[in-house]
Order: sequence, then C-alpha cells, then structure tokens
Amino acid sequence: MKLRSLAPIFYILFLMLPIYWLVSMSFKTTNEILSGFSLFPQEFTLENYAVIFNDPTWYWGYINSTIYVTINTIISVSVALPAAYAFSRYRFMGDKHLFFWLLTNRMAPPAVFALPFFQLYSAVGLFDTHIAVALAHCLFNIPLAVWILEGFMSGVPKELDETAYVDGYSFRRFFFRIFMPNIKAGIGVAAFFCFMFSWVELLLAKTLTAVDAKPIAATMTKTASSAGYELGLLAAAGCLTIIPGAIVIYFVRNHIAKGFALGRV
Amino acid sequence: MKTSNPRAWFLVLPVICLVAFNALIPLMTVVNYSVQETFGNNVFFWHGIGWFQDVLGSERFHAALGRQFLFTGIILAIEVPLGVAIALAMPRSGPWVPVCLILMAMPLLIPWNVVGAMWNIFTLPDIGLLGYTLNSILGIEYNMTQSPLAAWITIVAMDVWHWTSLVVLLAYAGLVSIPDAYYQAAKIDGASKFAVFRHIQLPKMKQVLTIAILLRFMDSFMIYTEPFVLTGGGPGNSTTLLSIDLVKVALGQFDLGPAAAMSLIYFAITLLVSWAFYTAMTKDDQK
Repeated sequence: MKLRSLAPIFYILFLMLPIYWLVSMSFKTTNEILSGFSLFPQEFTLENYAVIFNDPTWYWGYINSTIYVTINTIISVSVALPAAYAFSRYRFMGDKHLFFWLLTNRMAPPAVFALPFFQLYSAVGLFDTHIAVALAHCLFNIPLAVWILEGFMSGVPKELDETAYVDGYSFRRFFFRIFMPNIKAGIGVAAFFCFMFSWVELLLAKTLTAVDAKPIAATMTKTASSAGYELGLLAAAGCLTIIPGAIVIYFVRNHIAKGFALGRV
Repeated sequence: MKTSNPRAWFLVLPVICLVAFNALIPLMTVVNYSVQETFGNNVFFWHGIGWFQDVLGSERFHAALGRQFLFTGIILAIEVPLGVAIALAMPRSGPWVPVCLILMAMPLLIPWNVVGAMWNIFTLPDIGLLGYTLNSILGIEYNMTQSPLAAWITIVAMDVWHWTSLVVLLAYAGLVSIPDAYYQAAKIDGASKFAVFRHIQLPKMKQVLTIAILLRFMDSFMIYTEPFVLTGGGPGNSTTLLSIDLVKVALGQFDLGPAAAMSLIYFAITLLVSWAFYTAMTKDDQK
C-alpha cells in the first residue's frame, strides 16, 4: 500500500531529473561545463541568459514563435467552433466521412508534408512569414480542436438549444450569448492544445521559415551545430522555451485531465 | 438524437477550406511526384508505379519500417501499462492532485527539439547526469554514439519520459469519472482489488485508453525531431526511423520521386492502423 502511493512520486522525480539537469547546465559557465562533472553549478552565472536577451537573433526567435502560435490558436479555435457544433448537433450528408477525413490529417506525418508545404507556400508568396507557419499548423490543430470541442459540446444537453430557440433567440445570439459561455472550459482546453502542439512542432516551422519568421527552436538547432559546444547557452535557451508552456498549463489546470481525454469522459 | 440538417455544411465550410488547402494541395503534389521521373531542370517524365515498386522492394525501406514498428511496439508496451499503473496509484482527490498533474504535464509542453537536446545533455558520457552516473559511479559502459543498444535504450527512455504522462492523464480522467457508488457496491460484494480493476476500473477507462493508444500510436509512428536531435539516426543507421529516413531521401538527397512514393506508403500504413483503432472506438460509442 505504501509502495503504491510512492509510485507517482518516483515517476515525477524521474520526470524532473532531465529538466533539473537542463536548468543546472544553464547556470554554469562554459569553463565549468567543459572541465568536468558537477552536480550543482559551482560558479553560478546568468551570463547565458544575458547573451540570449541581448542578441536579437535569439530573442526574436521567441517573439516569432509566440506570434505564429498565437495566430494559429486564434484561427484554429474560431473555425473549429461552428464545425464542432455542426458535428455534435446535426446529421448531414457525409458527416461521418468528413469527421474521419479531418482526423486523418492529425495522422499525417509532418515529414511527408515538409517538401510540398515549402513549395506551396513559396508559390503563394507566404514563405518566411508568420502566417505561413500558423496556417501550416492548422493541418493538425484544426482537426484536434474540432475533436476536443465536439467532445465538450456533446456533454451539453440538447434541450438548452431547443429552449433558446423557443424563446426566440437567433442562432447567432444563442451561440455567442448562451452556448459559448457553457463550454468555456472546452474552449480553454482546445486553445491550450492548439498552443501546445504549435509550440512544440519544429519540422514544418523550420521548413517554412528562413530569417524573418524563424522560430526559437530552429535558432537553437543552428547554434547546436555551428557554434560548437556552447552547451550552457543551449541549455538556457531550452529552459526559456519551457516557461510559456508552464504558464498556459496553469490556466487550464482544473480541466487538464478532461481535456486530454478530449472531453469524452 | 441528432436532427438532420443539410445546412450544417455551412458551419463546417471554413474548416474544410482551411484543411483542404493544407492537406489536399500538398498531397496532390506528392502524388504527382510519385509517378514521375525527373532529370532536373523541371523536366518530368511519366514513371507509373515504378517508384512504388522500388520503395516497396528496397531493403532500406524494409529496415526503416521494421525499426519503426519495433520502436512503436516497445513504447506502447511500456507506456500504456506504466501510465495506467501510475494513474491507479494517484489519489482521487486532494490538494496535491493539481500539482501532480501540472508537473506530469510538463514534458508534454517542451518543444520536441529541446526534448532531444535536453536528453543529449543529460546522457553525455562524461558530463551528463545519467551518462556520468552510469559510466563513472556504477561502472556500466554507456556511450550512445557508439553502441546501437545504448542508443535504442536512450530513445525509448526519452519517449517514455516524454509521453507516458499523456497516458497517465487520460487514464486518470477515466478513473475519477467513476462514481463512488461503484466502489461501495464492490466493497459490499467483497470484491478483490483485482476484481475491482478488471470489472469496474478497466471498463470505465476503456474509451479514454483507446484514445491514448490511438494518439500514442500515431505520434510515435510519426516521430522525427526528438530521435533526430538525440542520435541523428545513428550510430550507423541503427536508430534511423521511418520519418528520419524519409527526410534524408526528400530533403537530403532531393530524390523527389522515391521520397514521394515513400511518403504515400508511409501515410497509408499510418492511416490503415489508425482506421482499425477508430472503427473499434466508434463501435463502442454505438453500444
């Protein structure tokens, strides 16, 4: 019994170890890192962070990532809302096939789409813009948002809609005034997931950008290969990418379990 | 009961337009390349199903596909039971539950290349926490860049670290939705722990677990960034999974025809297996 309740604690410890190592690395000087193993930073330094905050190629990486992730989240959730409503409330020609087709895009390996995406977005003149990455990430985020929202909407009794229509609400007023407040949690969770998957994806973001919209993750890979062994800098940049995720997860903390279950519990 | 409403199509239209733009046009491009041969200068020749035959017959593809199935099989076999076990051991309520959930969700929110870089730093044989502990304290020889076995263990450990939490969160969501009355009834009947698991918890978790397995299958089958950053597919080709191989062919060698044919076969396999899961899932919905 005792051992059983310890299992989650051990698991969390296991999760924290690599993260601790990354954080600890980021506070070490290059000399200390190269001179050998040390469990804690001996000469605590903020130099690595100072480099990032003073170099535009570094901090613009963060700004670029944030811009396209935000655009993507807004587009995905706003187009997924009416679609999820249609799937959860109505039967229409081809609905099941359409839903499955949407899901298949969640299954498409980004590696398959990397090259054609590059050509497509170059052809329409959007290469190396934030909107290109935001649109490309819609490929997997819209199906996911529809899937999550549909789960949450199916949990709202249909009587709510019918009562509102009897009371003389138009569809639009009902949707914005009554229905959306009812699935607030679902919208939050869907936005969280869109944010998360757009934030962590690298292959497409890297393929579609060169300079102006380059994401932080791509800046990191370049540093890792070109600047030799600047492990401290790399670690500091890595630590900073964890923070936005930690912030958004705080907002949905009470719904996170249900959200991961796509609202279907 | 859902009402029939053909006008619902208008509500779905924006989604269809956006996804179609992103999915159909690139997919058609891939199909187009897959049946043509080029000698450069944008001159293309009809090549029929030649590339498909080449790819399906090539040993390189078989090897990458084999490694991919091995990887997905191993991580599903570890992550699903482990995730369920941890979810079962979690308290059902209390002040620590949100804290645990947030900490557990942390790895899911780290960009994938950072996950790779983090594990790289963690496992460096001389200065990484894990590498140093194994090599210098426990005396186990461990070097990911030389031993294929060590590289495999590392990418599996990394994936377990990265994604087990997803299974935990899903299974936990299923568990907390079980009403207390079920447990009380089981207690009155004198049901054993295993009986409670087998007849109450497992059936209630079935739906979320299907989602978990489906998501884990899809994502592990498409995995690219983390192993690429960690091992680069090496040592040799030992950890070159399907998508790593595909990117090598497509962007590295710029062999558009074979790469396109390989893409389509890859996508078809993913779809086929996922479709099997999906039908199993919707069958449950109808009951």
